[in-house]
Amino acid sequence: MNDANTADARRAVADAHRDQWALVLAATARVTRDLDLAEECVQEAYAQALVGWARDGIPDNPAAWLVTTARRRALDANRREQALRAKLPLLAMPDEAGGASFEPGDDIPDDRLRLMFTCCHPALAPDARVALTLRLICGVGTGDIARAFLVSEATMAARLTRAKKKIATARIPFRIPSHKELPERLDTVLSAIHLLYTTGHTAPSGDRLLHAELLDQAVHLCRTLHVLMPDEPEVSGLLALLLLTDARRATRADAQGRLLRLADQDRTRWDRTAIAEGRELVLGGMRWGHPGRYLLQAAIAALHAEAASYDDVDWPQIVTLYDALQQVWPSPVVELNRAVALAMATDADTGLREVAALERDPRLARYHYLPAIKADLLRRLGRYDEAATACRAALEMAENVVEREYLAARLAELAGAGEQRGNPP
Amino acid sequence: MTQYAILLYTPAPADFADLPVEEQEAHMRHEADVEALGGRIVKGYALHSSSTATSVRGDTVTDGPFIEAKEVIAGFYILEARDLDHALEISKLNPATWRGGVEIRPLLG
Repeated sequence: MNDANTADARRAVADAHRDQWALVLAATARVTRDLDLAEECVQEAYAQALVGWARDGIPDNPAAWLVTTARRRALDANRREQALRAKLPLLAMPDEAGGASFEPGDDIPDDRLRLMFTCCHPALAPDARVALTLRLICGVGTGDIARAFLVSEATMAARLTRAKKKIATARIPFRIPSHKELPERLDTVLSAIHLLYTTGHTAPSGDRLLHAELLDQAVHLCRTLHVLMPDEPEVSGLLALLLLTDARRATRADAQGRLLRLADQDRTRWDRTAIAEGRELVLGGMRWGHPGRYLLQAAIAALHAEAASYDDVDWPQIVTLYDALQQVWPSPVVELNRAVALAMATDADTGLREVAALERDPRLARYHYLPAIKADLLRRLGRYDEAATACRAALEMAENVVEREYLAARLAELAGAGEQRGNPP
Repeated sequence: MTQYAILLYTPAPADFADLPVEEQEAHMRHEADVEALGGRIVKGYALHSSSTATSVRGDTVTDGPFIEAKEVIAGFYILEARDLDHALEISKLNPATWRGGVEIRPLLG
């Protein structure tokens, strides 16, 4: 075994881990009908690949090699522990005959969709859905998932074990939902991917690199889902939304890590390829008619991404899109965002009236963006003292370190402006 | 097929006599609905009002249901279904969900 072979094998295993984990796990779960055992066997297959591929060369079809190896281990384990396993509840398969007799030459059935729908079943708690998705579909280690969600590794391991146990015991089926159930079930899958992305996007604190990995995983996952379900407009919509948001990743903070408003970001550094792809997806999705929540949010993101500057954004069109969004996905947060767009399309006074009405909504009582937005509108109207009060309220509620620094800086500017009068910061 | 206990919860005290007539009739029809969907009710029971319940915790005996709540158990049955999705599909038709709800618990034995 020489170093070049070892390095090549390592790279090939890493690639296969990133690209093929879900495929290999889903194909193995079909034989084991037990997610824990499947996970164990797939992990062992990857470990074996590190040694085997360095020694014998990288196989032509790494995924098939991994599935064959993992399934062999699974069959061995099943034989060894037959008596024990016969007592355990097995994963509910729709076509119970398929799977167990595997021939090495068989095509690998693409069960990734089944795996996604199982991991994101509404009978599981939303945080467990995201954790399971990361562990079983993305192959992220339990320790990394725990750090991303700011819980101990033991807590996360227990959460994953409990969810897997429920899948087996309550017999959450390993299958793609029927046509009738699909809209509701697809929505939970999309929410999990979206939550994965937003966790990476505005994590309350912690490791920046880890959060970058969450963003990548969410985009990758959504891309996979889009390949598997190309004709679902909301899948296109979510992928577009993630791409268009992610296109701005490099410019969200300055060199010192301080948060930059959309208005202050360097638009020349936005990822044009991602924006073009996101736009195409939005246009394609809109052709189906009756756009859903994600497609409408993506359309709004696309209008932002296309504009040469913050002032050039087609604000009246954005207000219209928020109106449509409010219809399909009523939420006070949507109304608040609409108020911001309305202030840009008309004037700050009009926006402020909308925000004032929303202040009475108890669902926004702890939402720090509301006073932050109010502060900005008051600042634009030259009402610096009131703006400073609102900014202080936002600062009291905000938890993210970077956002707190941003608000503290705005507050300092407002205090300065309040003293000088008439010199808007 | 998997067996599930379906626990029916309705507003306390879950007195069958207080049940709206259309809900009573729907309960009578439910077994046929279950069969039409390919499931089977192995056995089912309705309970007397929770005001007739007695609870024992440790060695203390108290009048009333074990947990004081807005909704209490009104009945239960054993359902045989293919998997959880099938049990959910069936349970969404349960008349108990109109004013209360049902809990689906896989049966251990």
